[in-house]
Amino acid sequence: MVTIGLLHTTIRGDEKLILEAAKKRNVKVKLIDVREEIFNPKNYKIDFDLALERCVSTVKGMQATRFFESLNVPVINSSAVAAICEDKFITSLILQKAKVSTPEFALVFNTKQALKAVEQMGGFPIVIKPPLGSWGRLLAKVNDIDALEAILEHKDVLGSPWQKAYYLQKYVKKPGRDIRAFVIDGKTICAIYRHSPHWITNTARGGIASNFPVTNELSKLAKKASDAVGGGILSLDIFETDHGLEINEINHTTEFKNSERPTGVSISGTIIDYCIGKVKKL
Amino acid sequence: MKKSLCPVCDVEVTLENNTEESEIISCPECKTRLVVTSLKMKSAILEEAPKIEEDWGE
Repeated sequence: MVTIGLLHTTIRGDEKLILEAAKKRNVKVKLIDVREEIFNPKNYKIDFDLALERCVSTVKGMQATRFFESLNVPVINSSAVAAICEDKFITSLILQKAKVSTPEFALVFNTKQALKAVEQMGGFPIVIKPPLGSWGRLLAKVNDIDALEAILEHKDVLGSPWQKAYYLQKYVKKPGRDIRAFVIDGKTICAIYRHSPHWITNTARGGIASNFPVTNELSKLAKKASDAVGGGILSLDIFETDHGLEINEINHTTEFKNSERPTGVSISGTIIDYCIGKVKKL
Repeated sequence: MKKSLCPVCDVEVTLENNTEESEIISCPECKTRLVVTSLKMKSAILEEAPKIEEDWGE
């Protein structure tokens, strides 16, 4: 019988769906609350075949992943994939290098360089994001110099070191929606539109999900992006532009509980099937 | 069915049979996000869910 170590912090609806899917497939799941573990390699006993990293905390998830990898336990997603996807700047660099269509971007550390970068990207509006962050938190659409200077000053005075690395992205005008594609092992299993009248369309910020029938264009782009970051279980946030689809961001511990119903696809089941396949190949 | 009290509004909260420790639930009365910190045969301990931190997300 396959045993999966589910690395978690708080258990969300997504993890509950994964537990249900595992039960249906006769897969044993060992719940591992990483907050309660002692990651001492000398004393740690491994009693599962593979770890599935589902921590809501990026830092805890990454440290746990690296610990188990050091003990030769395969972890999905790997620390290499997570290191790329958790950082928007690194994701953009990797996508750019792999010639995957993505919005223009730059990273700077001060206001003077930010102004020059905005000029290079064709002027305002632009979007500022913390390189590390999620759920649409602390994103700013900046329409002019005054706003840019004010936001950067606030970040400098109030922010953590990560807030002082300014990831700038060319603003992409969206048709009141973007696309999220769920991609496992390079294959797009389903996708949703995230509708919102607001420029931030995250479902965590109130965006509404509906099914997006997967197209050839989407599948090809998603495969290329997945290959670029190292594969695994991913969700891709995608913009529709005048010149085709562009990858905005890639998530490595994707939330999907609101997407199974509109797509009719058991994302949780596909995740477990992927894990079973990985164990069988060990 | 396990039962517990909401630490915020004191209303009785009934938990599903498949509830797990560390699971996030909502109080049916005051809608506070709660976390299940301990599960016993017929009871559970609930606390207010931790506030979102900077590195939380997908």
